[in-house]
Amino acid sequence: MSLSLDEVRHIAKLARLELADGDVEATQAKLNGIFGLIEEMQAVNTDGVEPMSHPQELAQRLRPDAVTEGNRRDAFQAIAPQTEAGLYLVPKVIE
Amino acid sequence: MIDSSLKDIAAALRAKTVSAVELATDSLARIEAGNPKVNAFITVDREGALAAAQAADARLAAGSAAPLTGIPMAHKDVFCTEGVLTTCGSKMLSNFTSPYDAHVVSLLKAAGAVMVGKTNMDEFAMGSSNENSHFGPTRNPWNTDTVPGGSSGGSAAAVAARLVPIATGTDTGGSIRQPASLCGITGIKPTYGTVSRYGMIAYASSLDQGGAFGYSAEDCALLLSAMAGHDPRDSTSLERAAEDYTSALDKPLAGLRVGLPKEFFAEGMSDDVRAAVDAAIAEYRKLGASIVEVSLPNARLAIPAYYVIAPAEASSNLSRFDGVRYGHRAAEYTDLMDMYCKSRAQGFGAEVKRRILMGTYVLSHGYYDAYYIKAQKLRRLIANDFQAAFAQCDLIAGPVSPTVAFGIGEKSDDPVQMYLSDIYTIAVNLAGLPALSHPAGFGAGGLPVGLQLIGNYFGEARLLGAAHQFQRATDWHTRKPAGF
Repeated sequence: MSLSLDEVRHIAKLARLELADGDVEATQAKLNGIFGLIEEMQAVNTDGVEPMSHPQELAQRLRPDAVTEGNRRDAFQAIAPQTEAGLYLVPKVIE
Repeated sequence: MIDSSLKDIAAALRAKTVSAVELATDSLARIEAGNPKVNAFITVDREGALAAAQAADARLAAGSAAPLTGIPMAHKDVFCTEGVLTTCGSKMLSNFTSPYDAHVVSLLKAAGAVMVGKTNMDEFAMGSSNENSHFGPTRNPWNTDTVPGGSSGGSAAAVAARLVPIATGTDTGGSIRQPASLCGITGIKPTYGTVSRYGMIAYASSLDQGGAFGYSAEDCALLLSAMAGHDPRDSTSLERAAEDYTSALDKPLAGLRVGLPKEFFAEGMSDDVRAAVDAAIAEYRKLGASIVEVSLPNARLAIPAYYVIAPAEASSNLSRFDGVRYGHRAAEYTDLMDMYCKSRAQGFGAEVKRRILMGTYVLSHGYYDAYYIKAQKLRRLIANDFQAAFAQCDLIAGPVSPTVAFGIGEKSDDPVQMYLSDIYTIAVNLAGLPALSHPAGFGAGGLPVGLQLIGNYFGEARLLGAAHQFQRATDWHTRKPAGF
């Protein structure tokens, strides 16, 4: 398993990470080194093994559908990059 | 007084031979003198510490003090602290003053512990050397040219340098045990689900677990008792009654069966680490424990499985950092997509980006079964191995790290070599078991070596008890680095 330069560019785009053209090859080399480490697991027979997602096998707890948090908009927006009239501002997405 | 046991500090506070304000002042002075050498703290909260210390003194005077009331301590900067900068070691959060407290922070505030500051760490807890911090590497107090381990390296170095007697940490793949080992202190990661993850900035949610650092197992037991407990705000928090982790400290070791996994002793461990680990195991035998050989045949698969599962979960968790609601936003961009891509590229360091890219790939269409599901199946095999081993023994002992602390810069350009330094710690996280590291001697260059003890689920009190019995018979945990 090794990633092509185009695949590296593609996953960077999916991950929303700008990757300078000059960094693509170095990133590819490091990622392929790591994939070399991971490949070992493909040789193991795991037929019939149930995947384990949580050590304690818990079911998700449910809670009453009731409001438990107060309105703290001012505190949360005080740390936002850009807000106006209680709204978070981002670049225009609809012309 | 800061370098005394919590028991002695608590007794002195109650005897009024020292006040909480004096302790906080002493800790702050030690940080001022020692931190420039080790860079263990990202933020020091002098004002908050002195106010908390005054409140602790009032509580002590009123006779309503808890075991940790008035004790200076530090939080790893992964824990959100209301009104105090919470960076997670990242440029992304270098401007983030949290609007709320993590559950662990609330509990320790309620216990009257005095937070003096927030400790340095690998960015988003991704690393084994603390070199991946936006705020510069933390240095090992035993030799400042070497790493303290990671990702909770700041907390471990702060305790080792006697700047604070206790500190919190988190352990996703060894991030408490490995720095505890490399810095010559005691550190415990409890059973997954014991300590609430609420307000603990997420890296790999199915593995992340908070825990404790101290000079000794006894001190770790006191801190962990104050940190653990059910929290409905964490969906994986276990619904179990609060536990007193000091309850088994005085239990003798006679009859204890200690398992040695033959795979851990086969190869890879350096000679100096092996000598210290062997000597510590001989001490356990001398104290009455019996030693049995056990096998963890799938342990070698822990690193591949971890480097699929952890990056996958990280890529999902870290998608929240988009420059919209908090954290870094690029100064210049053309449109929304460009704003996301530039803000994230500027805000994250190289290792975090690598893990996001890895995780994005293994979760992407067509690769999910081959990587993520496959890794979860290996996770099951690894967990099953431990259960088979625990049929033959009560605790498992082995090394924490294959070597003593390595040099700053020695592995920082080679992620694969860096990942392999966690070979003995990662399987425990995949299985969700409790484990600790305690000082076991010194290796090459006079650097500390830790012994790892792994327990079965909810075996924390027994683990801490075994380590306490070891520490009653030895003095490795009382050694401290010169110049601190």
